[in-house]
Amino acid sequence: MFTKQSIRFAPGDLPAVVERIERAVREAVRGTLRRRGVVVGLSGGIDSSLVAALAVRALGRDHVLGLYMNEVESSPETVRIAREVGDQLGIATIDEPVSQLLSAAGCYARRDEAIRSVVPRYGAGWRCKIVLPSLVAAERLRVFSVVVRSPDGEMISARMPPEVYLQVVAATNFKQRTRKMLEYYHADRLGYAVAGTPNLLEYDQGFFVKNGDGAADIKPIAHLYKTQVYQLAEWLDLPETVRARPPTTDTYSLPQSQEEFYFSVPYDTLDACLYARDHGVPIAHAAEALGLAPDQVERVYRDIDAKRSAARYLHAAPITLVP
Amino acid sequence: MIDSASDHERVRQFVTSNFYVPDGAKLDDTTPLIEAGILDSTGVLELVTFIESTFGIQVGDEELVPANFGSIQALCTFIGRKRG
Repeated sequence: MFTKQSIRFAPGDLPAVVERIERAVREAVRGTLRRRGVVVGLSGGIDSSLVAALAVRALGRDHVLGLYMNEVESSPETVRIAREVGDQLGIATIDEPVSQLLSAAGCYARRDEAIRSVVPRYGAGWRCKIVLPSLVAAERLRVFSVVVRSPDGEMISARMPPEVYLQVVAATNFKQRTRKMLEYYHADRLGYAVAGTPNLLEYDQGFFVKNGDGAADIKPIAHLYKTQVYQLAEWLDLPETVRARPPTTDTYSLPQSQEEFYFSVPYDTLDACLYARDHGVPIAHAAEALGLAPDQVERVYRDIDAKRSAARYLHAAPITLVP
Repeated sequence: MIDSASDHERVRQFVTSNFYVPDGAKLDDTTPLIEAGILDSTGVLELVTFIESTFGIQVGDEELVPANFGSIQALCTFIGRKRG
């Protein structure tokens, strides 16, 4: 019988779960990839913190490098919490701020040019994010809007034509791709592999940038639901600040939850619905267990399928043709 | 004068020429465009822009629902209603 608890590991199983991941990381990095260690970009979020902690257990703290790659629009908490994790794990860390690289690539200028085409007043001192409507609240199509805040606090929301939306996303993707470039610089320098940090929800549903945070040599937690990520993080005693922090994209200059940017429902609801969907739980049972109406669960199931379909491009390896 | 047959053809033409429809012959007016994977979120934006510019109507946020955008038939009904 499906309940909200179905997704969680039994507490007694946690040591074996962690040990299996450690062994798999060791075999993949040392055996298959023949690398000496791993590089992890530490964002101050739960996923990268857990990946670093698991890598330390698998390879030893002397074989894990953490990178702090903040930029001018990062939340002030990002580096502070990331440092807390790096310090607790006792790993080598390097500050690699990325603002200058992003400016040189035109990340901010290209994004802002697109936003100004729908909000002409948008400029220096303004902040922005893009948002989706809630899927649970009403039957709405997933159409992004840009939300901007003026220096004196005025909020403006505007729907974006496709070319504007695509340019905002394309420009912003420089952030993930620039960070990945630096991760591979250090990996190449040290003979290390790059560890990616998506959890199952993000990996399955395509919440990553192709050749950005989607690129990695190993993805140690891509098989774990977000709920399980939190559970392992607690069992491994990662800092409370990390475990209490709500999931954020930390990609736009206004605070933005993963829910409003991509998932349209709270992560724990989506996590449970994804589990239920993939374990053949009928809509009515899932709705009852999660305290939702059947039509809400049906919308989430449909959205899971739609995102999975859209994610095929993100997962696709380059296609080589046989003439 | 509204030429609904021509409107219908323009909508259908836009969908089949801008989005991947595995078998155009099987795309009927009631095919669910989103569930069938023909329209993604960017596709919805493109369709909104096309409808607004082609038919001279404004689509409100509250009108962005599957009942209006879920199929070619739904789109044509919606466009007809908006144009009065």
